[in-house]
Amino acid sequence: MADSSTHADPLEELKNTNTGVENKKMAMWAFLASDCMFFGTLISTHLIYRKIYPTVVDPTAIFSIELTGFSSFILLMSSFLMALSVSASHKKNMKSLRFFLFGTIIFGLIFLGGQVYEFSHFVHERNLTLSSNVFGSTFYVLTGTHGVHVALGVLWLASWLGYTYSKKFKWENALDIETAGLYWHFVDIVWIVIFTAVYLVEYL
Amino acid sequence: MSTTQATYGTWSRPLKKTGLVGFLTTVDHKKIGIGYAIGALFFLLVGGVEALIIRLQLMSPENNLVDAETYNQLFTMHGTTMVFLAVMPLSAAFFNYIMPLQIGARDVAFPRLNALGLWCFIAGGVIVNLSWFFQAAPAIGWFGYAPLTSKQFDPDIGTDFWIIGLQILGIASLAGSFNFITTILNMRAPGLTMMRLPVFTWMTLITSFLIILAFPPITIALVELMFDRHFGTHFFNVAGGGKPILWQHVFWIFGHPEVYILILPAMGIISEVLPVFSRKPLFGYPLVVFSGAVIGFLGFAVWSHHMFTTGLGIVATSAFAFLTMLISIPTGVKIFNWIGTLWGGRISFSVPMLYALGFIWMFMMGGFTGIMHSSPPVDAQQQDSYFVIAHFHYVLIGGSIFALLCGIYFWFPKVTGKLMDEAVGKIFFYTIFFGFNLAFFPMHILGMTGMPRRTHTYKAEMGWAEPNFWSTIGALILGVGIAAVVLQVIYSCFKGKPSGNNPWDARTLEWDTSSPPKEYNFGYTPIIKARDQVWENNHGTDLKKMDKIAPDSHGIHMPDQSWWPLVVSIGLFIAGLGVVFHHQTWGMLIPFIGGDSVISLLHITMPGLLLTFFGIYMWALEGPGGYHLHPDPEELKSAIDPKESGHWE
Repeated sequence: MADSSTHADPLEELKNTNTGVENKKMAMWAFLASDCMFFGTLISTHLIYRKIYPTVVDPTAIFSIELTGFSSFILLMSSFLMALSVSASHKKNMKSLRFFLFGTIIFGLIFLGGQVYEFSHFVHERNLTLSSNVFGSTFYVLTGTHGVHVALGVLWLASWLGYTYSKKFKWENALDIETAGLYWHFVDIVWIVIFTAVYLVEYL
Repeated sequence: MSTTQATYGTWSRPLKKTGLVGFLTTVDHKKIGIGYAIGALFFLLVGGVEALIIRLQLMSPENNLVDAETYNQLFTMHGTTMVFLAVMPLSAAFFNYIMPLQIGARDVAFPRLNALGLWCFIAGGVIVNLSWFFQAAPAIGWFGYAPLTSKQFDPDIGTDFWIIGLQILGIASLAGSFNFITTILNMRAPGLTMMRLPVFTWMTLITSFLIILAFPPITIALVELMFDRHFGTHFFNVAGGGKPILWQHVFWIFGHPEVYILILPAMGIISEVLPVFSRKPLFGYPLVVFSGAVIGFLGFAVWSHHMFTTGLGIVATSAFAFLTMLISIPTGVKIFNWIGTLWGGRISFSVPMLYALGFIWMFMMGGFTGIMHSSPPVDAQQQDSYFVIAHFHYVLIGGSIFALLCGIYFWFPKVTGKLMDEAVGKIFFYTIFFGFNLAFFPMHILGMTGMPRRTHTYKAEMGWAEPNFWSTIGALILGVGIAAVVLQVIYSCFKGKPSGNNPWDARTLEWDTSSPPKEYNFGYTPIIKARDQVWENNHGTDLKKMDKIAPDSHGIHMPDQSWWPLVVSIGLFIAGLGVVFHHQTWGMLIPFIGGDSVISLLHITMPGLLLTFFGIYMWALEGPGGYHLHPDPEELKSAIDPKESGHWE
């Protein structure tokens, strides 16, 4: 933006829209609305088949709820770190921004590691594959899709962490980090729903 | 006009505005809109030819023009092409071209994302149609019911082409819709409040919301189907415990809102055209807008009326029947408002007006048969018969296509600065109107007398020969009419008489700028003071006339062109092709030299995805860029200096 120097706060200028919400953030909210339907369809598929076949598979014999509970906790804590990253970027505190972004990425990676371990454990020890039964199909495709979302989020945040070392990084990019943060929080919230509807509900 | 030097991204950006490079790298919503229109009109003709072959096959009993397998491919591809490659992108063409002009914006919110939408539409359209060249076009019907789509019953790769093509088209629609929502909510000219928006822009907004909420279910359904076919899951596989009925539910959760995605833009166009040619404001503007929103909302609550005969149970069937009947209320409200607009107006029967009036009449006919279907016992008689074919062609041709043609005739002078010949246009309209009714009205009778849809042929004793014969004659007349319109559009691009900026004495903001609009749309910032601003400018009181604010000393900020949207869509195209040919031999993909080794995801899909990611990274690193343009001083004669305006810059 050639004329950004004429404005006191470029971030405030981006809010100069009809709604007062920045364009990028508005588009992200629209995307997240769309993503709700995305996961909604997958979760519905899983729950419908759970109701049709209540006894074919005993998920409690497959799940290791302690491990998944732990990695879920880590993922939720990563949301906390993400919020701190966004706050740091608005306060133009580079040291904290990098520290908390790094933390978010590590926590995201721990969650992904837990999922990789869980998948391979289920496949090799518990004989649950994509094609062993409908539960296997819906479970892997649902949690796998969520895993892909987390992985893309990690990649996205890692790219921003790398970009903070570039000379081109500007504090206007706080908006981009906040937009990535919206995505990250959304993916975490979806996991709360999945963890409840796929895992916890089996222990009722 | 002078330009200041462009800023550069990671690599130097394309600067050429004209020629092939200018077209492939464009981020201008107007060029992208024209790109959508060219693609959509091309696919409209392709889908039309498919329809004519179907009609010729049915022209006489026990005909054998095409065999049954080809016939199945033809009706599948006809439906898929018309819904996803003709009507939707033609609507998108108008969204792209007209909507930013109607709200006084310089461009859409994310110009490069807009270009991605166009290229993904082309990529998806090519993938779906590539199936013809591998002699494996899908033969599953446009709604691809399970278990017909399973590997067991459909081992060919046609269905895989269909799955991947629709996925990439979904990306195109979603990318466009996020963009339009942001643009309409955030980038309206000062003073253009939501309740002053032109109705077409309102319908763009509502349609975009329908797209972002309705496309994810079909995306997931297609992913599940893809996993069933490639990776052995059991979502719809009966032997493994899957329930084919689930596909129907998820498909129609998408499919019914899709119907409104096809008709709401049409209703928006009609709501623009009727007031112009009646020389009256739209009757009941708030009601027309809210009815559109109610239709969009209810559209998500009626999907099971496509499944009345599957045995949903009394409660579900009654609830969906009730909700379906409910939708006829906002639709009826709109029709009465359109009639109210005509009432007492000084009507001029120009070509766009003829199409608009044709729309009201034909869409009502389709609507009446729709109300008949909403009653489950009646629907049980009509399900899968030609009566249903008659119904949805009345709403899709008599509705959507009539309105889109209306839009072409109405906005053509704006897009090209040239006029289309009225007398010729009227002849073509009456040809289309007559051909359409001759083609589809007999189908009501055929359906009532029991002719099933998707039937390859029929016995002479059934008594269906005569209506089928006339229907085919009508279809040929309709085809000639549509082809003639396309030819007239091409002819008028070159030979049309100059139109001036506002040949219809129209009402909305796009008619205030030049025809064709300059690259920057408006040389000034319009300050909106009324709903039909251009009408007020020309005929209203001084109080309601628009103010123009000149740009500040920097000029108008324009986005830079970019290669990356094209690169990303090529990456997706390659990745998609890899999924289609997963587990096939190289010889299948490349005849003669391919050999017998089997293709895995690593061979084609992985490089495609890497190219996609590379494109996305370069896209992000180059940034939006931009440069400044100074408009023609002529345009700014009556404009106010920004420093004195009191408005924000």
